[in-house]
Amino acid sequence: MNRLTSVSDLEKLQKELASRNQPERPVVTLCQGTGCKAYASGKIYKAFEKELALRGLTQKVSLKSTGCHGFCEQGPIIVILPEEICYCRVKPEDIPEIVEKTLVEKKTVDRLLFTDPVSGEKFAHESEIPFYKYQRRVIFGKNRLVDPQNIEDYIGLEGYSALAHAITRLNPEKVLLEVKKANLRGRGGAGFPTGIKWETTRNAPGEKKYVIVNADEGDPGAYMDRSLLEGNPHLVLEGLAIGAYAIGAREGFVFVRQEYPLALENINKAVQQAKEYGLLGKNILGSGFDFDVTVKRGAGAFVSGESSALISAIEGSAGEPRPKHVNAAVSGLWGSPTSLNNVETWANVPLIMNKGAGWYGSIGSDKNPGTKIFSLVGKVNNTGLIEVPLGTPLRNIIYDIGGGIKDGKKFKAVQTGGPSGGCIPEQHLDVPVDFDRLSQMGSMMGSGGMIVMDEKSCMVDVAKYFMQFLKEESCGKCISCRAGIKEMHEILERITLGEGCEKDLEQLTDLAWITENASLCALGRTASNPVISTLKYFREEYKAHIREKHCPAGVCKALIHYSIDPERCNGCGRCQKVCSVEAVEGEKGAPISINNDFCIRCGICQEACRFNAVMVE
Amino acid sequence: MITLTINGKKYEAQKNQNLLQVALDNGIEIPHLCYHEKLSPYGGCRLCQVEVTKGKKVELTTSCTYPAVQGIQVETETPRVQRARRLMMKLILPMAPESPKIQKLARELGAEYIPSSCRSREKGDSCIKCGLCIRACEELVGVSTITFSSKGPERKVVPPFEEEPESCIGCGTCVHVCPTGCITMEDLGRKRKLERWKRILNMKVCNDCSNPYIPAAQVDYYLKRTGDTTLTEWFDLCPDCR
Repeated sequence: MNRLTSVSDLEKLQKELASRNQPERPVVTLCQGTGCKAYASGKIYKAFEKELALRGLTQKVSLKSTGCHGFCEQGPIIVILPEEICYCRVKPEDIPEIVEKTLVEKKTVDRLLFTDPVSGEKFAHESEIPFYKYQRRVIFGKNRLVDPQNIEDYIGLEGYSALAHAITRLNPEKVLLEVKKANLRGRGGAGFPTGIKWETTRNAPGEKKYVIVNADEGDPGAYMDRSLLEGNPHLVLEGLAIGAYAIGAREGFVFVRQEYPLALENINKAVQQAKEYGLLGKNILGSGFDFDVTVKRGAGAFVSGESSALISAIEGSAGEPRPKHVNAAVSGLWGSPTSLNNVETWANVPLIMNKGAGWYGSIGSDKNPGTKIFSLVGKVNNTGLIEVPLGTPLRNIIYDIGGGIKDGKKFKAVQTGGPSGGCIPEQHLDVPVDFDRLSQMGSMMGSGGMIVMDEKSCMVDVAKYFMQFLKEESCGKCISCRAGIKEMHEILERITLGEGCEKDLEQLTDLAWITENASLCALGRTASNPVISTLKYFREEYKAHIREKHCPAGVCKALIHYSIDPERCNGCGRCQKVCSVEAVEGEKGAPISINNDFCIRCGICQEACRFNAVMVE
Repeated sequence: MITLTINGKKYEAQKNQNLLQVALDNGIEIPHLCYHEKLSPYGGCRLCQVEVTKGKKVELTTSCTYPAVQGIQVETETPRVQRARRLMMKLILPMAPESPKIQKLARELGAEYIPSSCRSREKGDSCIKCGLCIRACEELVGVSTITFSSKGPERKVVPPFEEEPESCIGCGTCVHVCPTGCITMEDLGRKRKLERWKRILNMKVCNDCSNPYIPAAQVDYYLKRTGDTTLTEWFDLCPDCR
């Protein structure tokens, strides 16, 4: 490949790639994101290669690895173009049948189609599946079309046009103005206007300036940034380069956590390829703009995702936050003005340049333009990564896209914003999801985690879980965070053990206040949210644990016991077989009982029972 | 020169000064444990909270890490500040309940330790992880013998790999700056022992009175650092015999 040295070189390549495109030719796209890979999508790829060769179809059918489609619980996912036939939970042994029926006979393999868990309806095309139908995938959508390890795939879909346009036809001020007009807000959680951050960096004194991609995503259950970096790394790089041009930076860093091996592999390859194609490096497309990118690996401390801690980590120190009375935009990496943005924020930039701030502002709500990717997990029927316009009500996300609560249970709460987010109850489900409204409700956007809980979740236990996580992930510098979270965790643990007292609620309120108000960084300042929000919306549940020594959701082991309903039990003995401590007593054939002196409340008997005879009290 | 307001009164400050230092220089008391005027501010104990008004923004912040800025208003005794200090002290006290300095400060801030039936706080090892010893060893002495290890509640101050630190010269600066007195140094005849760092040093003996008076490693470090070999003889005698 010859280096592209001008915009016309790029356009020529784009045309050439488009002319190679045969719209009628079948393409089998296979998701090779981490989720699908875990379910052997690598083997499926090989099985396809083998089967196509066996039938002499290798020249007639293309095979393509793509990034994550988002519907990970249905993985491995394959989509056959141009019809967009979507098969879910495919196994290597299904491949001969798919080739025979779909590629040769042009029929669908019905058993591999997505079946709606609520209506039982089957859908042949990806776009009809409710999980996708109600989304607006302007950022994430290209993941399913692009092979992340092949830059030409990205270029073929008008990739790097936004960068070419910006650096050859606009001056940096114009680019900056467009991003400001679009009112893009930081997708890492705080929602700070990106344009203003860039402007501050641009105007700050200092010759050397830096741009950084924060890919140190660490919220439990959230993986939007990983999927973008794995699935479409050039989109992020293009955004970064445009930002660097607007700011006046010549050097950029992508800080990726070590635990994301595929994201690291793909972003490293992308940087390498972009350099080979002349889309990074010296004199990009003959514009005179130089920009280079280095990928840095993080050692995996949650707190390193905090901007000042991340900067320390890049500098080679421990990932510990610093006071921010002087903004990183003025004095950041090695004391130079630095703009640090989240993966998804950078991925929004090419879109704004291509389609304009006006178009961008037409998506989302007034002060919250654009879309946001969320990781929808927990007790909903459809889980995965979703992208919706900001301002979409929680109810639409949970019921339309998520398909409602699993097993017909009742909704209880949704926790947004990662471990330091708050729990939002039923009465606020119609609130539109945006940066401002979530904060008003005592939660936050965070990087976009969304954990749905049903009636079987104990909110004290949930708060305890998040305190446990944050306790271990606090860097330990501020005593308010280090000791505050630890004490909250201890009190919550006592309450779940039935050892709580009335004074504990008061203590929790004090500890939550001091952790929030006295700590330095966002980890400590938001860590109390799970406690504050559950105390606010689910106080009765705390009181039941303390006063009646009762866990209404039936979760806290010390406060529950299992029993068997003799009316329902037919003495089949299944529970007896699975019990590891021989707590199930009685003869086979007659109703049996549980000896609570031995029972360890693991709940396996309840899972094993086919007659719903095991009860929790 | 910068002018700012503290508790309604105007004060002058130098550029690069922090608010805590400005207050202390002007006789305004702000409680603090992890700050020392000769060391870089750290902001770990979170006790020196003040309320700063800058433009429309009012924030509770640690005064040791906040730079003196023209025109800001600082309040050191608002109810919010007092609440923050009291609650901070409640967290700190159980870490070093035997320390007289900590006990005194807790009394002053209204955070006395009341053992209650629903509290089972673990007793700490008296170290509050303020990091003064680490900064003193690095910034004043220049040997960086100790550092923080682990994170969260597991955080502790240790020599590398928790082994006897060869770099420690036994000068005792860490002992001197520690606010809780949790670092001890004992002179046992010809040996000096710093229990916390697992460090045992040989003492140099005075040529005249034969009394051990300084760790040999400290003399070596001093000579190396100054490059002045003529001082070798000076160290042959103890201060009493010089």
